[in-house]
Amino acid sequence: MQFKPILAALRHHRLATLLIALEIALACAVLCNACFLIANRVALIHLHSGVDEASLATVQLNGYEDAKGVDLNARVLGALRGIPGMQSATLLNSIPFGARRGTIGITLDPEGKKFGGVVEFYTGGPGSLHALGVHVVSGRAPQDDDFHPFAQLIPEQASVQITRSLARHLWPDADPLGKEIWIDQSHYRVVGVIDRLVRPDPTGWPGDQKDWSVFVPAQSSKYMSGSYLLRADPKDLPRVLRDARAAVIKVAPDAVLDLEGSQTVSDLRIQTFQSDRAMAGMLVGVIVALLLVTALGIVGLASFWVAQRRRQIGVRRALGATRGDILRYFQTENFLIVSGGIALGMLLAFGLNLVLMQHYELPRLPLFYLPIGALVLWGLGQLAVLGPALRAAAVPPVVATRGV
Amino acid sequence: MFGYYLDLALRSLKRNRMLTALMVLAIAVGIGASMTTLTVMHLLSGDPVPTRSGTLFYPQVDGNPTPGDFKQPLDVLDYQSAMDLWSAHRADRQALIVDSPVRLHSADVNQPALMPGMLSTTSDFFPMFDVPFQYGAAWTSNDDDKHARVAVISADLNQKLFAGRDSVGKMLQLRDTDVRIVGVLKPWRPKPLFYEVAGGRFANGQTADFYGKTEDVFTPFFTGLELNDGNFHSYTCWHMPDTPGSLKSSPCAWVRLWVQLNDAGKVASYKRFLDGYAAEQQVLGRIVRPQNTRLRSLMEWLDYNGVVPSDVRLQMWLAFAFLAICLFNTIGLLLAKFLRRSGEIGVRRALGASRAAVFAQCLVEAGMVGLVGGIGGWLLTMLGLWLVRRQPTAYADLIHLDVAMFASTFTLSIAASLAAGLLPALRASRTTPALQLKTL
Repeated sequence: MQFKPILAALRHHRLATLLIALEIALACAVLCNACFLIANRVALIHLHSGVDEASLATVQLNGYEDAKGVDLNARVLGALRGIPGMQSATLLNSIPFGARRGTIGITLDPEGKKFGGVVEFYTGGPGSLHALGVHVVSGRAPQDDDFHPFAQLIPEQASVQITRSLARHLWPDADPLGKEIWIDQSHYRVVGVIDRLVRPDPTGWPGDQKDWSVFVPAQSSKYMSGSYLLRADPKDLPRVLRDARAAVIKVAPDAVLDLEGSQTVSDLRIQTFQSDRAMAGMLVGVIVALLLVTALGIVGLASFWVAQRRRQIGVRRALGATRGDILRYFQTENFLIVSGGIALGMLLAFGLNLVLMQHYELPRLPLFYLPIGALVLWGLGQLAVLGPALRAAAVPPVVATRGV
Repeated sequence: MFGYYLDLALRSLKRNRMLTALMVLAIAVGIGASMTTLTVMHLLSGDPVPTRSGTLFYPQVDGNPTPGDFKQPLDVLDYQSAMDLWSAHRADRQALIVDSPVRLHSADVNQPALMPGMLSTTSDFFPMFDVPFQYGAAWTSNDDDKHARVAVISADLNQKLFAGRDSVGKMLQLRDTDVRIVGVLKPWRPKPLFYEVAGGRFANGQTADFYGKTEDVFTPFFTGLELNDGNFHSYTCWHMPDTPGSLKSSPCAWVRLWVQLNDAGKVASYKRFLDGYAAEQQVLGRIVRPQNTRLRSLMEWLDYNGVVPSDVRLQMWLAFAFLAICLFNTIGLLLAKFLRRSGEIGVRRALGASRAAVFAQCLVEAGMVGLVGGIGGWLLTMLGLWLVRRQPTAYADLIHLDVAMFASTFTLSIAASLAAGLLPALRASRTTPALQLKTL
């Protein structure tokens, strides 16, 4: 196929060609970036929490007097542990994807000069870390004598476990075991490193910070009360949670059951990412509509050109061009226009990504999105032009002999 | 003449139905997408107190005594500063604000205890923010001073507890304290819940929760502090508080203050008062950054907090990029259409139609596509907004198409299609009659 006659013909329709190419360019830019945004949201939705979500649920109480917290814990834990099928019921202040009670800034020195970051303190009773199902990768899990009651908002000192990503952030080049973290005058010694333990509110935090958690062992206290972690076989869990809600209402009439907060961790997870799922869905919608509009535009213009050149096509056919020649002519023409659009579109995609990076803490667009976007648009162009091109190929040579 | 152009346009559009349908569809989809996102943006970035937002201000002083080069004061006040500023009564109106969850029970109603949010504020709150009352009225400043056991409740709570009847005079038990209802609000849903907005710049753009509902119970400021002592949350603390939940003398920021200043002179003098207060407190050693005072107006404060969620903004830009693609599409199709009719236009030119007339005829045709596309766009906008309402966001129930946005749908649609028609119409009007006649 020769490009020269096609280019000559396109030069006749400079404006229309330019418009379609611009449309393709813009579509390419939006397509690449929208796909990248979707990929980011999907990665977020599939975030690895590090806990056995399917086996976990929580019961949340409030409205009781803090002074009665310890008494409440004893009553509630007693009732919860009596429920058939309950593998464990333990105290845990913050719940992955749920209640958040321990977001706090830490420092690496008692003077408060070396800021370490804002982390989540999971303050939990005996058995809670085990119930979460997190993996201790170095150091040790909490032992029985690590758990102490406390009078303040958080324990004043403790032997704690921290997540690997937090350890790497705080001490990039050193062994975290034995190091201390500080909050005002309270200090905590790191005795174990856990693989992962997601924050209750991961969507609000960039990158690795989603996983900056500390587990602080403690005994039932007035400021560690009303928040319980339940563990049961995933098959039993919905029934166990139902029973647990009913049991708690009975044994704790002085408290108010927080129905919205008392759910399975899987359900809490779904709620956490609901808006991200909606956003990803919307982006998919935009992409589909975009491709459709672009394709229809190509169909419209190509049909138009075919109708306009009916006579010329007839002449070419009469002079010996095969149907294949005519078909290929329109396909090549489309390929050339789309290619021009894609070349410009890649630059636009990159520019758009730079803008998004500034405003939405988005990483740089990986380069492989560009060839994929190009392939999609080439395919779309060929598909869209096929109908009109076939119609053109079907023009009989005899048209050349008729008047307009 | 216009009628004749309309007739011409209609004939032309009918001639190639497929092409016309494609153009209308492209415009409709583009308009539907952009108007859906624009409506959400419009509703979320509006003025929450349109009657007097120009006179509402949010004073800030930097209560954090930790030395350091912080450029901005904390978003809320410590108790001491809030109390000093409030009791100086230098503004036309002033409201202290603190919210906390409270256990609520009503002896009159056979329902389990609830945990609604309680807003404790001073009496100016209601007239200052134009809060509408259904029954009764707000408490007085005398009630503030006497720590009176009174409350105002929201329309929602009144519906839930008293089935919407006039409940003024009824008693509520808040934690262990009995309070008398003195007022019931009409449904009141400021968007965003501006008086609670703070910390937006640390929210990473996830600010949808600023659009939640108001608290269900309102009590006088000091009454609330007394009855719910121990259950207050701080915005931030610079040391560990000794008595968590009772924050009066704590090293924490947790109280907000709003003031009403009726003219520019008062705004300037209040700012001087703030600066003076900060300087005086520096002498006393309580404030270390006296330069960190701010007096932002309501809209400035919302802007500073970036209250419109970043996802909403992203969606809007995406939708407009999409509209641009649809427009390129339409320009291409219109161009093809007009040029196809070169022969006809040539005849009209030869018979005496001026370039301007041909140009106008083409534009009328483009505008007609815009009008029909606008109807489609309006239907698609309704569909889009319905989808937004089904999302589990705090602002979902606020989303509707108001008159302004309804009008904008058609304005944008016709403007877009006219813009798209400009270039093709220009090309068509430059048709040389002689050349076209020859080929006929």
